[in-house]
Amino acid sequence: MRIVVLVKPVPDTASGGERLRPDDFRLDRAAVPAVVNANDEYALEAALKLTEAHGGEVAMLTMAGPTAPETMRKALAMGAASGTLVTDDSLGGSDIVSTTRVLAAALKDLEYDLVFAGADTSDGGGGVVPAGVAALVGLPYLSYAARIEPNLEKRQVRVHRISPTGYDVLEAPMPALIVATQALGEPRYPSLKGIMAARSKTIETTGLPADAALDGGAPGRDSSTTAVLTTEAPPPRAATRVIRDPADEAARQVVAFLAERRII
Amino acid sequence: MAATGPAGAIWVHGESAPDGSLARISTEVATLARTLGEEAGCEVVGIVVGADPSAAAAELATYVPRVLAISEPATADHAAGTIVGQRLAALIDRDKPAYLFAGAGPEGRDVAGVVSALTGLGILVNATAVRWDDGPVVEMSVFGGKLNTTSRFAGEAGIVTVRPNVVSAEPASATGTVEPTDAPGELRLPQVEIVDRVEAATTAAPIEEARIIVSGGRGVGGPEGFKLVEEIAEALGGAVGATRAAVDAGWIPYAQQIGQTGKIVKPALYLALGISGAIQHKVGMQTAETIVAVNRDPDAPIADFADLVVIGDLFEVGPALLAALRARAG
Ligand SMILES: Cc1cc2nc3c(=O)[nH]c(=O)nc-3n(C[C@H](O)[C@H](O)[C@H](O)COP(=O)(O)OP(=O)(O)OC[C@H]3O[C@@H](n4cnc5c(N)ncnc54)[C@H](O)[C@@H]3O)c2cc1C
Ligand SMILES: Nc1ncnc2c1ncn2[C@@H]1O[C@H](COP(=O)(O)O)[C@@H](O)[C@H]1O
Repeated sequence: MRIVVLVKPVPDTASGGERLRPDDFRLDRAAVPAVVNANDEYALEAALKLTEAHGGEVAMLTMAGPTAPETMRKALAMGAASGTLVTDDSLGGSDIVSTTRVLAAALKDLEYDLVFAGADTSDGGGGVVPAGVAALVGLPYLSYAARIEPNLEKRQVRVHRISPTGYDVLEAPMPALIVATQALGEPRYPSLKGIMAARSKTIETTGLPADAALDGGAPGRDSSTTAVLTTEAPPPRAATRVIRDPADEAARQVVAFLAERRII
Repeated sequence: MAATGPAGAIWVHGESAPDGSLARISTEVATLARTLGEEAGCEVVGIVVGADPSAAAAELATYVPRVLAISEPATADHAAGTIVGQRLAALIDRDKPAYLFAGAGPEGRDVAGVVSALTGLGILVNATAVRWDDGPVVEMSVFGGKLNTTSRFAGEAGIVTVRPNVVSAEPASATGTVEPTDAPGELRLPQVEIVDRVEAATTAAPIEEARIIVSGGRGVGGPEGFKLVEEIAEALGGAVGATRAAVDAGWIPYAQQIGQTGKIVKPALYLALGISGAIQHKVGMQTAETIVAVNRDPDAPIADFADLVVIGDLFEVGPALLAALRARAG
């Protein structure tokens, strides 16, 4: 079984230094170290577990700038077999429409039984790309998976989709696109062996896929459908009030505070 | 961008809850869209696609002047996002509204992604506020709340996904009309069958839309400790949230997790019990109007951004708070 995982390098949220470039309001990717988007690590982990259980391998597909292989090596060290990077100068500053079209077009050149994506990206992502990619490629779309059970003989996949009241059991033929969640399980840390092995794994770099053209022209920042107007730091929160009194007195003060703010 | 006559219509995706009623997020999105429509002088139309859209459509009509109800039997036993998205995309191609507003929760995101892909409309995601200036000007909170941006569409059309609790839902002064409508075109995309629907054992209220959230972290110590969290939540009429540490430990389901890889919430009150306030948790709750924390460590990060912090043991402060809340309720 071959699983392609859509993986995006994002600025490390733990660094605290993410910013937009002051001139064009694009994400300043040089300002902070890049990491694999946390939600994509859950997708990778789920894909690795499934190929370990059923045989096969995991490949990754990334659309990003030319330094992405550094980040992609982390996914290879976890156990992915190979990666494809779609990169082109014009793609910097791509919007959702472009990203979706480029990923969908790039998928057409890959072989897979399943495609996995993360629930959203931490760098301002809206969790909308996977549904769009599935629609453009024409894949069955199974989102918010808490459990994934492929049946290779029947070429079918079953997914527990988290619902507002529990979960729905979904079933679709393969190939299909599945959105992973953290409920699938903790991502592994790369082992030393994995890190060593990753060095000799292939990351294929390609330019713009041929049929990713938009009605309005080529994908990328020049066809962007949205534009940032302003950015500002959020207003600072008021100073913290600290209560160190014994429990009963502390509780009384909390209740008074909530009442004062008309919360209760 | 100069005004070119009356703006095109604003459409609202009316999301159906599992029981066929209108999802709460849609009442908020509809209120927001109506306000913008009044300002822009354009038509506001709600769209409900469902196996039996009548209940959700009737409810949506209390918020907007006109609702199109599209009966789509396939959604009874198939994953709805792709189906609803195709129907909306076909209607948009036919009627050419300017903007589509949807909730930024799982259902709205699925629908927005499909509509964008099929129509080529851009999306401004996770709006935390929207004003009108010859088109929607959308405020978003990015990088885990470190920055607020405003954005607009390059052209005069697009999709906006709106976070919960951005506006409070308010019905319109007059109830609108519901028009049963046929959607043009065929459903071409593969359908995903729902072979079973399983109700979770927990009856925990959904956290995304809750006005009050009482959350527990590692400090709560175990499932027993969460009983205290639940009781306080109940006394406050709120929902129960958690950190990833508590979820990973198996004390509470993932659906209740708040943070970077969980849910982003914006309640009026966030009461954090035994939570350190790690950055990955903070990004999910820092836009709460009021944050109150109980933590025995005065140096926990949450003490830096809470409005009020009680330095103490949650197993002492918690029961005292519960008693005080109950005494107040009488
Ligand atoms: C990629 C990634 C994604 C993540 N996503 C999320 C996410 O979505 N949501 C999330 O929450 N975390 C997330 N995390 C984890 C996050 O980094 C923290 O580890 C987690 O939030 C800590 O949870 P906690 O505050 O419950 O535990 P701790 O950090 O261990 O804090 C427990 C707190 O309880 C206090 N305490 C203990 N006992 C008591 C007592 N009896 N009375 C009062 N106070 C007490 C302690 O002083 C301490 O401050 C993520 C991490 C990574 C790397
Ligand atoms: N540039 C990209 N390259 C590869 N995968 C991506 C990219 N953008 C988004 N994705 C995938 O789509 C998911 C949701 O992204 P988003 O809609 O941007 O929040 C991510 O978790 C990835 O799996």
